[in-house]
Amino acid sequence: MWEITHRRPATFYDIYERKGGDTEVTHYCPGCGHGVLHKLVAEAIEDLGIQDRTILCGSVGCGVFMYYYLDVGNIQCSHGRASAVATGVKRVRPDAIVFTYQGDGDLAAIGGNEILHAANRGEPITVFFINNGIYGMTGGQMAPTTPLGQRTTTSPRGRATAVEGPPMRVCELLATLDGPAYIERVALTDAKNHMRARKAVRKAFQNQIDGRGFSLVEVLSACPSGWKVNPQEAIRWVEKNMMPIFPVGVFKDIDRKNELEQVTSPRPAGRRVDAAPEESRTVDPVGAIARGELDDVALTLSGFGGQGVLFAGLALAEGAVREGLEVTWIPSYGPEMRGGTAHCHLRLSRSPIASPWISRPSSVISFNQPSIAKFADKIVPGGLLMVNSSLVKDLPDRTDIRIVQVPAYEAASNLGNMKAANMIMLGAYLEVTQAVSQGSILSAFVEHGIKPEMLKSNREAIEMGRRIVSL
Amino acid sequence: MRQFLKGNDAVVRGAIAAGCKAYFGYPITPASEIAEQASLLIPQSGGIFVPAESEIGAIQMLFGAAAAGVRGMTASSGPGISLMQEGISYMAGASLPGVIVDIMRAGPGLGNLGVEQGDYHLVVRGGGHGCYRTPVFAPNSVQEMCDLTIHAFEVADRYRNPVYVLADGALGQMMEPVEVPVLTSSEPEKSWAVIGNAATRGNLITSIYLEHEKQEVLITDLEKKYEEMEKRELLWQEIQTEDAELLIVAYGISSRIARAAVEVARAEGVRVGLFRPISLYPFPGARLRKLAGKACSVMVLELSSGQLIEDVRLSLGGITPVQLLRRTGGMMPTTEDVAQAIKKMEKECVGNYA
Repeated sequence: MWEITHRRPATFYDIYERKGGDTEVTHYCPGCGHGVLHKLVAEAIEDLGIQDRTILCGSVGCGVFMYYYLDVGNIQCSHGRASAVATGVKRVRPDAIVFTYQGDGDLAAIGGNEILHAANRGEPITVFFINNGIYGMTGGQMAPTTPLGQRTTTSPRGRATAVEGPPMRVCELLATLDGPAYIERVALTDAKNHMRARKAVRKAFQNQIDGRGFSLVEVLSACPSGWKVNPQEAIRWVEKNMMPIFPVGVFKDIDRKNELEQVTSPRPAGRRVDAAPEESRTVDPVGAIARGELDDVALTLSGFGGQGVLFAGLALAEGAVREGLEVTWIPSYGPEMRGGTAHCHLRLSRSPIASPWISRPSSVISFNQPSIAKFADKIVPGGLLMVNSSLVKDLPDRTDIRIVQVPAYEAASNLGNMKAANMIMLGAYLEVTQAVSQGSILSAFVEHGIKPEMLKSNREAIEMGRRIVSL
Repeated sequence: MRQFLKGNDAVVRGAIAAGCKAYFGYPITPASEIAEQASLLIPQSGGIFVPAESEIGAIQMLFGAAAAGVRGMTASSGPGISLMQEGISYMAGASLPGVIVDIMRAGPGLGNLGVEQGDYHLVVRGGGHGCYRTPVFAPNSVQEMCDLTIHAFEVADRYRNPVYVLADGALGQMMEPVEVPVLTSSEPEKSWAVIGNAATRGNLITSIYLEHEKQEVLITDLEKKYEEMEKRELLWQEIQTEDAELLIVAYGISSRIARAAVEVARAEGVRVGLFRPISLYPFPGARLRKLAGKACSVMVLELSSGQLIEDVRLSLGGITPVQLLRRTGGMMPTTEDVAQAIKKMEKECVGNYA
């Protein structure tokens, strides 16, 4: 009533042309678990009808040459990174069935971080983790999963907890994460365990087809050459030495499809720019630089972080851009911005600007006392120093520059808005220099989608600054 | 319309104009705004953004996106670029295109966040293992942060090779007006990619060639590609070199200071010109050698301890004396410092003639 057919799954190449040498057999040692797992994977791909869609992200280890055998799209990855590569592939080709095939050295040691995060992100990929407790390809060195007491070429006295630490249980570790959908450990030992392995491999692919989330199957597998035993003994070795440490079973099996669909839903579009409200339509003429009445400006603004120094510079710069000027704005950045001093250099010109830095400013706006020490003596003769006189009490002893004092905090207090001090200073600067028009700056605010009440308070602050210095 | 943008933001606008559909990032000052902007804007333009677990993860995700035939990029600063070297070597070995932006900070080690150009060797010489090269383009303005990012995508696809944009914290953080092109640059057909369909099922992306003969064939093919780049991908800028007796060579942000210093020195009658390599690999050495042959002395201005100067010396082959002017550690030379050095160089030259 039924017949047993022995044929190679169609997912395998008929002839292993990429291998060279004997193109009819694999490169694996007798008794190695890779051949069996390759076959389970190949059969599943054929039976699920996904061969054309499937992409293997190969690893480094004895399985490095899986692309010799498997007739799917093949991407050979660097050691340990297959799950990161698979992330890149799956994200840009969501319809592909993307899987990795990684050994214990590859996945659990060098690739520990990549697998941890691919699992935690719940990348909807399939991972086969073949665990034989040893580095096979490099000749039998100790792996993170090597059992205690086992002698390897790099644990010649036997693995000891105190020296190399105990073996790492990857399934148990990853199952603590909320990201993965399915994690199971199987063993290639007796017929029953082979059937479990077959089922797990299929499920791990089916999950990806169904979009259920990250699936990983750990496969305990024999390495007769690395363990220096014959193939029959190697199977018993798995049962005796590995299965007690690495129990087979399902560690996680949930469906994350709904969550994943939520995550991939389209994001909101960009910020809406409202039509210009009345405040910004004050059509000032362009400023004095654009009119050719003022030469290039080299302005340094300096103060404490949090005083809005960089923003005041930016507002001026944005206005200048709208007047067709060449502009460079370069901030101090990094930790010094956080609570320390902050400054920015702003150049405005009708012609291209060479260096964005300013060693000899034509103007300095100083929001605090330390800025005086830092910049006041660098101002060119005939230049301008504008100070926030609410904080700056000691003025520099220079008669060759113009010094303008603006009690910005008192003025801001009168406006009932202490945050407005920077706009008050900016307004004072605009009034004194006429460098850029107020209208250009307010237009820039509007283009950036400023809220009407903020626009109003900024305009009031700028105009307050102008009034202070024109008194 | 001109937009007023940070250099880091301009990189992302350029990437989008170039049709970049995948960004993999990890934060680091002073490059973080690139990842931040990419996370907002690239999904809006139909692409994907992944905050990677590390720079190692980021470059390998880029490897995956590139292997799957999609334009992608990442960006970082020195410490992160060091971590990416493995992946960049694999990309070069597997002939995969991709764009990597390095916003340099001061090093070695953790260094600081100041402006430095100390990654020149790492990036221009190729910091990973094996026989490979990577084209490197060095912008010196926010506009070029955008334009050279677009260019980098095109060169990467033209040669199936990773390409760097090399800038620094100043270029990343400073703002200038930028014309952002709306055009999407044309992307070639990628029949070699593995995209998960019947047509590409037989494709293999790999960098392993077990037989020595095949590895040598690969490397010879790569060499041919690099020879082609050395002929066709040279970019540089010259400022007042026509009658220059003195040459200053600088790239990136230091070329802006050099340019300001040239203006100062020219105003005082010094016949000095600026040679600014824009492609650092391939290096426009033949043109530099021609100009230097007419000059009495060459000064290299760099924010690193003598890295660019090695390419200058290699190019000149000793025909003209070369001197180094540099600051490091986040310290900046002023325009006046550089102008002073130019004037000193002129005096020495006059001494030579006498």
